[in-house]
Amino acid sequence: MNLTSYFMEATYLIASILFIFALKGMSHPETARRGMFMAEGGMFAAIVGTLIGAHIISWVWIIAGLALGSVIGAWMAIWVPMTAMPQRTALSHAFGALAASLVGIGEFVVHGAEMSAVTRGALGFEVMLGSLTTTGSLIACGKLQGVIHGKPIQFRGQNFVNLAIFLGMVGCFAFFCIHPEASAVFYSMLGIAFVFGVMLVIPIGSADMPVVMSLLNSYAGLASAATGFVLGNNVLIIAGTLDGFSGFILSVLMCKAMNRSITNVLFGGFGAVIAEATSNVGGVMREISLDDAAMQLAFANRVVFVPGYGLATAQAQHAVRELAELLEARGVTVKYAIHPVAGRMPGHMNVLLAEANVPYSSLYEMEQINPELPSTDVAVVIGANDVVNPDARDNPNSLIAGMPIIEVDRAKSVIVLKRGQGRGFSGLENPLFFKPCTSMLYGDAKSSLNHLAQAVQHV
Amino acid sequence: MNPAVLIASVYVFALAAFLGYQVISRVPPLLHTPLMSATNAISGISLIGSLVLAGAKGYPLPAHILGFVAVTTATINVVGGFGLTDRMLKMFKSRNAKKEEAK
Repeated sequence: MNLTSYFMEATYLIASILFIFALKGMSHPETARRGMFMAEGGMFAAIVGTLIGAHIISWVWIIAGLALGSVIGAWMAIWVPMTAMPQRTALSHAFGALAASLVGIGEFVVHGAEMSAVTRGALGFEVMLGSLTTTGSLIACGKLQGVIHGKPIQFRGQNFVNLAIFLGMVGCFAFFCIHPEASAVFYSMLGIAFVFGVMLVIPIGSADMPVVMSLLNSYAGLASAATGFVLGNNVLIIAGTLDGFSGFILSVLMCKAMNRSITNVLFGGFGAVIAEATSNVGGVMREISLDDAAMQLAFANRVVFVPGYGLATAQAQHAVRELAELLEARGVTVKYAIHPVAGRMPGHMNVLLAEANVPYSSLYEMEQINPELPSTDVAVVIGANDVVNPDARDNPNSLIAGMPIIEVDRAKSVIVLKRGQGRGFSGLENPLFFKPCTSMLYGDAKSSLNHLAQAVQHV
Repeated sequence: MNPAVLIASVYVFALAAFLGYQVISRVPPLLHTPLMSATNAISGISLIGSLVLAGAKGYPLPAHILGFVAVTTATINVVGGFGLTDRMLKMFKSRNAKKEEAK
């Protein structure tokens, strides 16, 4: 090794340490930004180290790629709205996985013949995981963006077809590990992996997206880690593993928050069984007028807002913050209760409310807020349905039985802001709407909240 | 890859996994979206593999072209990921910070 190689390895070590510090900083909003600056420094050092130490001879492609990538990346960083964060993240999973996959293909093209069986195994794993994550993430992105219909796409015998594709892919992988000269098998594996990625995500409905996003995050990270094994590069292994485990932990948390297993999300096809979901609840939904609702809120001591994805689709984040500030000015204690799977990706709702200038100290997790709900005067449910459905707790036959919920039905009174009388996103009947303590305020969430704010001012 | 390197790599992987679990379980749900965005940007470190493919000695033209595409997508993730993460984290303000801003 010469001096430049040592320098390159040193930058990699520094980058690894800084990445870990960066994630440690993420444990609190106060330290998170500083941590990210460290990660940026680490990344910069590693890139400079590589350019100096890796015997680069042709700069044209490198400079072109860096320039093009920077322009597109900067454009995304500046212009992507916070509501589009899930699509953007899905797209970046696709990009990351594609980069890992392409590096693998390139290595195969150049060094394929002289690789050891272990390296080939890592390479095959990298390309397989990278490719299926690329197409899977693109489909997820399409669903989130609304280009592809959000409903699960299912057909008879789907699981068998998927199993066959999966076995074909793994078979090619195994064959490739044993017979390095079989490049046709390698490219077949690549093709099948692309198809498998599509098949894996199309049967999954929009409501399950938080799990899928986390899972794809995990795959993209593991593909990067496998790249590290192929290239014998430790910083790639470390960064990829951190990403992979972060995604894995988030998947487990999201599944817990829906009381479902990962296999159930991937192969269960949640939306398909709606027709069988009979409900035995009945009664009348009590409608409330704007003025009465405003009166209730204005004279309450404690109010809890429970936002769901409906809040985001109605773009009502600012409207709810304005109403909350008016109430706080009258001495009402206002809190926001965020269910872990509210929104389309983990933590999505927190970001949307933070963007609307809600201080993070007002945002409460489900476990924190549930004990406080019995002493809450009014719980306001905005565009949320399943996450407040008491059936999940009370009815063992319900499709969502066992899913932890925000127990708004324990509050003294509940106001539900809802578009119309129909069932919600998942198609399940919600007994909360028929409880005596509940009253319904129909209409677009944003205009309802604006009118409520006006009415509160006149109380 | 010789066995010694492989074993060393497996050690690195195992320790990174353990460390990752410890560090990431402490991230509050409040910051899960920025976390995902940040880990995404960090795993854009595969950029360094792409750089080698795109321009290092001993790689033919097809590899350079694959490398170019990989450099582009990885750079999008690094620049876009860090940029967006910072934009999000800037929005998370405590109540006191808000009051000061209002003044």
